[in-house]
Amino acid sequence: MTVTASGALPAGPYDVAVVGAGVVGCAIARRLAHHPELRVALVEAQDDVGQGTSKANTAILHTGFDAVPGSLEARLVREGARELAAYAAESDIPVERVGALLVAWDTEQLVALPRLAGKAVRNEYHDTRLLGPADLYAREPHLGPGALGALHVPGESIICPWTTTLAYAVQAVRGGVDLHLNAPVTHAGRTDGVHRLGTPRGTLHARRLVNAAGLHADTLDRSLGHDDFTVTPRRGQLIVHDKFARALVNHILLPVPTALGKGVLVAPTVHGNVLLGPTAEDLDDKRATGSTAEGLHRLREQGRRILPALLEEEVTAVYAGLRAATEHDDYRIAAHPAQGYVTVGGIRSTGLTASLAIAEHVTGLLAGTGLDLGPSRPLEPVRMPRLGEASPRPHQRPELVAADPEYGVLVCHCERVSRGEIRDALAGPVPPRSLDGLRRRTRARAGRCQGFYCGAAVRALFEEAQR
Amino acid sequence: MTSRHVDVLVVGAGPAGLAAASLLATTGARVEVLEREQSPGGVPRHCAHRGFGNRPHAWTGPAYARLLTEAAVHAGAGLRTGVTALDWAGPRALTTVGPQGVQTLAARAVVLATGARERPRAARLVPGTRPAGVYTTGELQQAVHLYGQHIGTRAVIVGAEQVSHAAADTVRAAGARVVALVTELPRPPAAPARTLDARLRHRTPVLTGTTVTELLGRGRLSGVRVRHRDGRTATLPCDTVVFTGDFVPEHELARRGGLVLDPGTRGPAVDGALRTSRPGVFAVGSVLHAVESAATAAREGAHAATAVRDWLTDGTGGDPTDPEWPGGVPLVAEPPLLRIAPNRVTPADRLPYLLRTALPLPRPVLYVTQDGRPLHRERCRRATAVPHRPLTLTARWTHLVDPDGGPVHVTVT
Repeated sequence: MTVTASGALPAGPYDVAVVGAGVVGCAIARRLAHHPELRVALVEAQDDVGQGTSKANTAILHTGFDAVPGSLEARLVREGARELAAYAAESDIPVERVGALLVAWDTEQLVALPRLAGKAVRNEYHDTRLLGPADLYAREPHLGPGALGALHVPGESIICPWTTTLAYAVQAVRGGVDLHLNAPVTHAGRTDGVHRLGTPRGTLHARRLVNAAGLHADTLDRSLGHDDFTVTPRRGQLIVHDKFARALVNHILLPVPTALGKGVLVAPTVHGNVLLGPTAEDLDDKRATGSTAEGLHRLREQGRRILPALLEEEVTAVYAGLRAATEHDDYRIAAHPAQGYVTVGGIRSTGLTASLAIAEHVTGLLAGTGLDLGPSRPLEPVRMPRLGEASPRPHQRPELVAADPEYGVLVCHCERVSRGEIRDALAGPVPPRSLDGLRRRTRARAGRCQGFYCGAAVRALFEEAQR
Repeated sequence: MTSRHVDVLVVGAGPAGLAAASLLATTGARVEVLEREQSPGGVPRHCAHRGFGNRPHAWTGPAYARLLTEAAVHAGAGLRTGVTALDWAGPRALTTVGPQGVQTLAARAVVLATGARERPRAARLVPGTRPAGVYTTGELQQAVHLYGQHIGTRAVIVGAEQVSHAAADTVRAAGARVVALVTELPRPPAAPARTLDARLRHRTPVLTGTTVTELLGRGRLSGVRVRHRDGRTATLPCDTVVFTGDFVPEHELARRGGLVLDPGTRGPAVDGALRTSRPGVFAVGSVLHAVESAATAAREGAHAATAVRDWLTDGTGGDPTDPEWPGGVPLVAEPPLLRIAPNRVTPADRLPYLLRTALPLPRPVLYVTQDGRPLHRERCRRATAVPHRPLTLTARWTHLVDPDGGPVHVTVT
């Protein structure tokens, strides 16, 4: 198993280099790990997997009911959703099938609901149902006044995006993929059939290149001579509410998209919080992941209408992510066989749902560039730490605590994270390199006190492991 | 899952919980104190400064924590650290987890002494990036005094109350520089001597009328944006920011148990005997009023011990709808008063009341009324009541309260 974060990159050429260890890049690397004869590198600019767009999304496993019918995205979301649901179940990735309600607040939205139901059918999703106000309020008694009806989409689920990305990365690394962190690709060229990827850690050579660089996919694409799309970072600010808010909402409450734009959603999370967001701000700065006073104010105004009691609860966290929006309505996935190159661009928030199907699709495209995948084998299944609230947490499992009392010693009290879980994460195959990385793997410090009680203790455990 | 019974279960081994446990154990009750941290003492554990206990400036926080712990253990209270009370398993029973796994502990009386914490950056909706170097006082003090961790070189302290100055002292003790203390209030809320000391001896600016509007920096904090109420803005370069004060009760257990909360304190509503809405369940310390001094918390622990003892002797200890559990009537502090604790009142109550004001009040006079009937008028000892410092009201008037009447109101002029 090879994970590097410093030092010179290996000299010898890889068969495939995947640039970008977000949820899509990790899924592709994991898929390629099924072929033991391939030498695969997963190259990431930052110090952890899933550090870009993947870590700051709305954490929804979509059905694809509202995709553009007939698009590549529609197909990959549909297939990917099924595959990810099965994969999550066997890998202990938290998923809750809570269903979604598209809530109509005015007549324009109300008349849009049957149209959306029709679109769902064209996307091969047949389970939607229109609800009148009585049914709607029976399902969501804390909903603000004035809702006229809703479209129920029972298949929509919530998922842990970090665990998903990490599970892919762990399986990829265990399957022989080399993960190189802190290796931003600053320039790319190709000579004698070999891609040369320049990074501050030296040049990485690969015969095939997969561009899963997310926000930076257009830059990398251009350096290989293509001008197919431009990424306009679209910022989404999100507010995570205290666990006490979880009882206020039963479904994902989705806005009804209309000509006037898309509103915000209110959704439970698998960790037992409630999300409000996202904003949608088109920016030109690909690093502008800060929240703004105006954005938070607007979200709270919209949240007040949807679920008034939510505003009474404390805010646990605020974050902002950038979606890799392009000028196109569909994913920009393209093979350039002559260059031994596949672009995986324009992957929007549905990328999490579609990730496994994208990986399959991209592997097919790679084979189409003449890459000999060689023999295939099943991967060793992965069991992830159970971070979700829908299944018993480690401290709640008597057999686990009896076998190892460290699972009964809680360090992070708000999120009930035990010393055993922190130890496991620090010793994992893709270990965290920052306290934020440890938080995403364990939830330590992710709770309402944000470290008031446990911050120093968690840091002490982290620093001890670095020595 | 194992299950045990005790007379009194105290949740939280801070000053309030330990004081209650000491007195109750002295009377022969079987008392068990649960502490989720690895060592007892509560917040004083990580307050290096002096001023704890009843004698002025007597002990440092850690010494005070040790003293209270030894007293409780010496009195015969069972103290279990590293054990978390997860949830209620009955009206006076709790599910706990520790290295021994999940257990149920049933008691004849439960004393909640779960304390308070500072609202962190996110809860205050301070925008910006999410860099490292963002602290609350609680985390900062533990990092420096308990773990000897490096905290950066230049710190901005958000807040200018007593606790903010304690945070500044901790920053200096760690060898870092305090760039400024920043408060939205028009005047510094700490004791004037404290503010002068910061300004003159430490040459630390105390910026009033100033709001932190944004955190800057990726990876590590690089500065905070501030805005003065006159509209001027500036960036204070720093690698550390400490959000101080703005305490909220750690009321998870109270809420999970469905105890009635007081809207002003957001802690469990209690009467003058520190009885919550549930028979046999008491609450003491900072969970009632986030926050007052450790000495106040300890005094409340001791005060509640009497009522707990009465309950153990007279109470049925079994019937949760026990008519002997006096509910009292609500006690409501009117604006500009922010809160009052205790916040229910029965005619027998003797514990003085603690209030906070949102605005400075010169020569304040407190009026107590019920259903329009004046019960009491009291001139405060303090010449000027100021935000972030306690204001007291005696309990000399409680015998006048009609237990079947409406809410009792406290107003101030």
